[in-house]
Amino acid sequence: MAANIDKVKIVVVGDSGVGKTSLVHLICHQAPTTNPPYTIGCSVEVKLHDYKAGTPGEKTFFVELWDIGGSTSHQNSRSIFYNSVHGIMLVHDLSNRKSHQNLRKWLGEVINRGSTKDNANGGDYDQELFAGIQIPIMVVGCKADQAQNLREKSPSGRSSVAEECGADEFNLDCNQVKHISPGSTNAVKLTKFFDKAIERRYQGRESCSQGHITPTMERKRFFKTSHVD
Amino acid sequence: MSFLLDSCLMFFSQVLFFAGGWVFFLKQLFKDYEVHHSVVLLVFSITFALSCTMFELIIFEILGFLESSSRYFHWKLGLYAFLFVLVAILPFYIGYFIIGNLRFAPQKRHIRVLMTTGAWLAFLYFFWKIGDPFPILSPKHGIFSIEQCIGRIGVIGVTLMAVLSGFGAVNYPYTSMFYFIRAVTETDVQNIEKRLMQTMDMILMKKKRIALARQERLKQATINKSQGGLWGMISKVTSGSGSSENMSMLKQETEAYEELAKQLFLESVDLHNAQERIAYSKTFKGKYFNFLGYFFSIYCVWKILISTINIIFDRVGKVDPVTRGIEIAVNYIGIQFDVKFWSQQISFLLIGIIIVTSIRGLLITLTRFFYAIASSKSSNVIVLCLAQLMGMYFVSSVLLIRMNMPQEYRSIITEVLGDLQFNFYHRWFDVIFLVSALSSIGFLYIAHKQAPEKNGY
Repeated sequence: MAANIDKVKIVVVGDSGVGKTSLVHLICHQAPTTNPPYTIGCSVEVKLHDYKAGTPGEKTFFVELWDIGGSTSHQNSRSIFYNSVHGIMLVHDLSNRKSHQNLRKWLGEVINRGSTKDNANGGDYDQELFAGIQIPIMVVGCKADQAQNLREKSPSGRSSVAEECGADEFNLDCNQVKHISPGSTNAVKLTKFFDKAIERRYQGRESCSQGHITPTMERKRFFKTSHVD
Repeated sequence: MSFLLDSCLMFFSQVLFFAGGWVFFLKQLFKDYEVHHSVVLLVFSITFALSCTMFELIIFEILGFLESSSRYFHWKLGLYAFLFVLVAILPFYIGYFIIGNLRFAPQKRHIRVLMTTGAWLAFLYFFWKIGDPFPILSPKHGIFSIEQCIGRIGVIGVTLMAVLSGFGAVNYPYTSMFYFIRAVTETDVQNIEKRLMQTMDMILMKKKRIALARQERLKQATINKSQGGLWGMISKVTSGSGSSENMSMLKQETEAYEELAKQLFLESVDLHNAQERIAYSKTFKGKYFNFLGYFFSIYCVWKILISTINIIFDRVGKVDPVTRGIEIAVNYIGIQFDVKFWSQQISFLLIGIIIVTSIRGLLITLTRFFYAIASSKSSNVIVLCLAQLMGMYFVSSVLLIRMNMPQEYRSIITEVLGDLQFNFYHRWFDVIFLVSALSSIGFLYIAHKQAPEKNGY
C-alpha cells in the first residue's frame, strides 16, 4: 500500500546544531525530542500529508523530510542527498546570527548539488541565481525561547535570505508542541509549503509531458541550475 | 626619558597584538558563532597580546633594542599580568561558563558566582598539587614566590608542547607524503554511494509502513470507540496486538538500517577525503609539501634518536646550536668571521623563525581543534580553555627557547623567570616527546592498516 501513495522529497539543511533534527521530529511526530545527538549523514522522517485538505481534490501524499547533518567536515559527501529535491527548508538558529548568514551558502550548496567550483562565487551571481530558483523554499528559525532572552525584542520584519528567494518563513521553539499544532499560523504556513512542493512536482511533470516550455524553465537551463523532476 | 619612550613603544606594540588577537578570534575561531559575552573576546585577545609581548621582548633582548632596565621592567610587568590572567581570570571564567551550561544549577547571578568561586578554589588546590612530584625548584625558594606558579605552569605547558610536537612530527610526513596515500577509484566511491542510497530507500519504505500502520491504528481506535461494548474491546485487543508487534519489529529493523546508513556515510566521507588527497598530490603545492615531507621525516627520526640518547645517557646540552655551529665552522672548516656579530644575527634569525612557526602552528592547531569539537552551547567554554592552553604553551616555549640562545642572552630569562631547574624541563620534554611520537606512530599504523580492510570487498 505504501507504493501507491506518491511522495515528495524535502531537504532540511542548516548549520550544525541549529535544531533541524528537533524540528523534523516535531513536524512528523507532534512531540518534542530531548537532546538528539549530532546527525551523521542524513536521517529521514516521513509525514502523511493531505494535499488540499478539505476540498474535493484532497489526496494523501508522503512528505519525506531529509534531515541532513550540517558538520563542515562531511561536506564533500553530502551532494548525493541533493538529487531530485522538490522543496528546501533552510533552518537557522535565532540566537546565532551567523547561522542565518550561512543560509546562502547552504542554498548554494543544494542548488549546485555541492559542486566545488561554484563555492567561490561572488555575491552578485548568487543574487541572480537565488531570484531564479523554482524550488519552493521555507526559512525556519529555531530556538525562539533562547533568542528572546538575548534580545529585547524578536527580530522584526522579514529576514534578508527569505526576501532574496521570495520564500516564506516562520520562527518557533522546537520544545513547544503548540507552535506547530494544527490551525496555528506556523502549521498553516507549513501546509502551504508542502502543497506548493507537491504542486511543483506533479504539475510540472504534467506540463513537461505536454511539451509546454515556460519562460522560467528556459532561464533555468541558461543558468544551468539543478534539474527538477 | 628614554624609559617613557620605551614604554610608549611597548604599549603601542601591545595594542597591535591585541588587535591581531581580536581579528583572529572574530574571523577565524568564531566565524560560525555569534559573540554573546564580549568578556570572552576580551580575555582571549589579552592572553594573545601578553604572549606576543614576551616573545617580542626576547627579540629585543637579542637585538639590544631599548634600554636594559626598561626591558627588565616590562618583562616583570608582562609576566605578573600573564600569571594573573592564567591562574586567576581564565579559570574563573571557565568555571563560570561551565556552571552556566549545567542544567541542574540555579540560574541566579550571585549563586553562580559563589559556585564559581568554590570551583576556582578547588582548581587552585589541584594546581598546587601538580607541582609536588616534580623537582621544579631549588629549595631556596619560599612558598608564595612567583617561581612556584611559573614552575607549575611550565610543567603543564611543556607536557602540552611535547605532545603536540611528537604528534605533529609524525603526522606531518604521514599526511604530506604520497607514499601513504590510499588508492581510491571512482567506482569505489560510486559503489558506496549506491549502497548508501539503497539503505536510505529501505529506511524510507519502513518508515512509510510504520506511518501507515499508525494511521490505521488511530482509525481503528476511533471506530472501536464508537462501537463500544464487549465486541469493541475484543477487536481492539486482537487488532492492536497484531499491529503493535509489527510496529516494534519494523522499528527495530529501521534502527538497524539507520546505523548501517551512518557507517556507509562515514566510509563515503573517508573515500572522498582520500580522493581529495590524490587530487591535491597532482598540484604543485602537493608535490612541494611531499618533498618537504621527506626532509621532515628524517628530522623526526633524528629527534626521536636524540631524545632516546639524552634519556639513556642522561645527557644535558649546555651549548646552543648557534654557538656550536659557529664553533664547527671556525674550528673544523676554517671559515673566519666576526663571531660576535654573526652570532647575534644568526640567533636572531633562528629564534625569530622558531617563534613565528610556533605561534602560527599553535593557532592553526587551535582553530582545527575548535572546529572539531565546538558547538553553539560550548563555544565559550572551549575558546577560553584554548586561551588557557595557549598561554601555558607560550610560557613554556619561553622556558625552552632559552636553550637555543647563546649564553649572554640567556641571563635575562634566568633573571626574570627565576632560578628554575631548566634542565629538568628539557628532560621532561624529551620523555613526553618520545612517548607521544611513538604512540602516534602506533596509532597511525593501526589506522592505516584498518582502512583498506574496511573497503576491501
